[in-house]
Amino acid sequence: MYGVTIEVEQLRKRYGADRPALDGFDLRVERGAVHALLGPNGAGKTTAVRILATLLRPDGGTARVAGHDVVREAKAVKRRIGLVGQQPALDEALSGKQNLDLFARLHHLTAKEAATRADELLERFDLADTGDRPVKKYSGGMRRRLDLAASLILAPAVLFLDEPTTGLDPRGRGEVWAAVRALTAAGTTVLLTTQYLDEADQLADRISVLAAGRTIAEGTPDELRGLVGGDRIDVTARRPEDLAAVTAAVTRATGVAPERDADRWRVSVEVADRMTALSALIRELDGAGLTVEDIAVRRPTLDEVFLQLTEVAK
Amino acid sequence: MIWAIRDGWTITRRDLLHWRKDPGPVLIGLFFPVMLVLMFGYLFGGGMAVPGDGDYREFLVPGVFGMVMVFGIEATFTAVAADASKGVTDRFRSLPMAASAVVTGRAGADLLNSFAGLGVMVACGLVVGWRWHDGVGAALAGLGLLLYLRFALLWVGIWLGLVVKGPEAILALQILVWPIGFLSSAFVGPESMPGWLGTVAAWNPLSASVSAARDLFGNPNWGGTGHDLLLAVAWPTLITAVFLPLSVRRYRRMSR
Repeated sequence: MYGVTIEVEQLRKRYGADRPALDGFDLRVERGAVHALLGPNGAGKTTAVRILATLLRPDGGTARVAGHDVVREAKAVKRRIGLVGQQPALDEALSGKQNLDLFARLHHLTAKEAATRADELLERFDLADTGDRPVKKYSGGMRRRLDLAASLILAPAVLFLDEPTTGLDPRGRGEVWAAVRALTAAGTTVLLTTQYLDEADQLADRISVLAAGRTIAEGTPDELRGLVGGDRIDVTARRPEDLAAVTAAVTRATGVAPERDADRWRVSVEVADRMTALSALIRELDGAGLTVEDIAVRRPTLDEVFLQLTEVAK
Repeated sequence: MIWAIRDGWTITRRDLLHWRKDPGPVLIGLFFPVMLVLMFGYLFGGGMAVPGDGDYREFLVPGVFGMVMVFGIEATFTAVAADASKGVTDRFRSLPMAASAVVTGRAGADLLNSFAGLGVMVACGLVVGWRWHDGVGAALAGLGLLLYLRFALLWVGIWLGLVVKGPEAILALQILVWPIGFLSSAFVGPESMPGWLGTVAAWNPLSASVSAARDLFGNPNWGGTGHDLLLAVAWPTLITAVFLPLSVRRYRRMSR
């Protein structure tokens, strides 16, 4: 049952004379796992997914998906994958049901099977009530769910999700996350790309961090966090003249000197355990008789992770 | 092979569903040329001199038939460009369907649409006094030549839709179709145009099909080039020979 479902070695791709979009990209995804490709725009995430989904030919390297080579056995790969692109690939004029029916027929289901399958998928993605409305009247979250449903016609072995929540409001994001979790519970292997660390953290078993067309770090969310450090605490002073005292208090509480942002009257520090650090910090501030404008505990942003990982990679 | 046909039909069927689901644009598309006939036939018609003293509306109606065929390129282009930009084409390409179906399905849908458009125009023509005079066989041959032109232009539309990107380009093409359509014998005889312009108007594909159709319908025609029937077959054949392979190649190169 277990094995490697996606196996990529030294994949290379260059568009015209630009710098390469993929420059020796490697990837291994176990069957049934959820793997996230995390990175900023231009890191090569979409190019990687498009090659694995047989939409694009690589210039070099090999890629196997569900046991088949994506170039030489493209048709066999197509039968085993589902693809959800960056924007919903739906026919806006048709209803949700007609869209699913169309794609089901193109998967070579009979008219009757296609209709049954469309109904099942609408039911499963909570779209049964709105299945007859044209897609142009759908909300962003509904479109994404329908798009997801359309990629699951034949219960694919591998599902590719290219930035599945970009451009959605928090509610739409939650809807898509729930749908992806339900899928992975059913054993589908998922490769998703994202620019958001928390999305990768929420959904993925393992994360590859991409920069300039190659993987610069790979591991479970916890391993990566260990690599880049944990949560951060930001303390904003009430007055600029307090900044020195606040810095001193933070240093005493955490044992490290924080980064200072004098323009925003703010200091920022990385902490191993946020609750311990937070109570120590509050004691120190109280002891020094300081009131501050704001204390925020937050995850590192992708920018910070990224900067640190590129440092580590050097 | 069977799947290529079935998949092509599935894609064509999708367009037919559009007609039912969202008939507005289709109806506007079908009745816009009726307006052209009314506008030219009754507003400008009085000022038009018809070669050989015929009835201007009998001269005009086959011209508008031809315009409908040329304007069809916009529908093809717009549909192809929209699918490509929205990722629908990518989804098709990620499916285990016959790759040719994306193109043949589009061609089928647009030909059916043109067929309907031509039907509406024939009815409209009959209402305003246009007739065919040389029997049903010749009339059908005339309509067939017009559809052959549409078939050829389909490939130009598909190719443009795959090559050109962005809504500005769609608008530009919609505007450009007009002068191209009018620079022909569709509305007036080219002999009334200044020198080289008249030559272009006389020899272009639209004029060839329209003139050949007029002759087959037995309608008044301008002098013609003397080779209209030949040109009406040769032009679309040439256009297809160039743009069909270009479209297929362009579609294949989407994976580069």
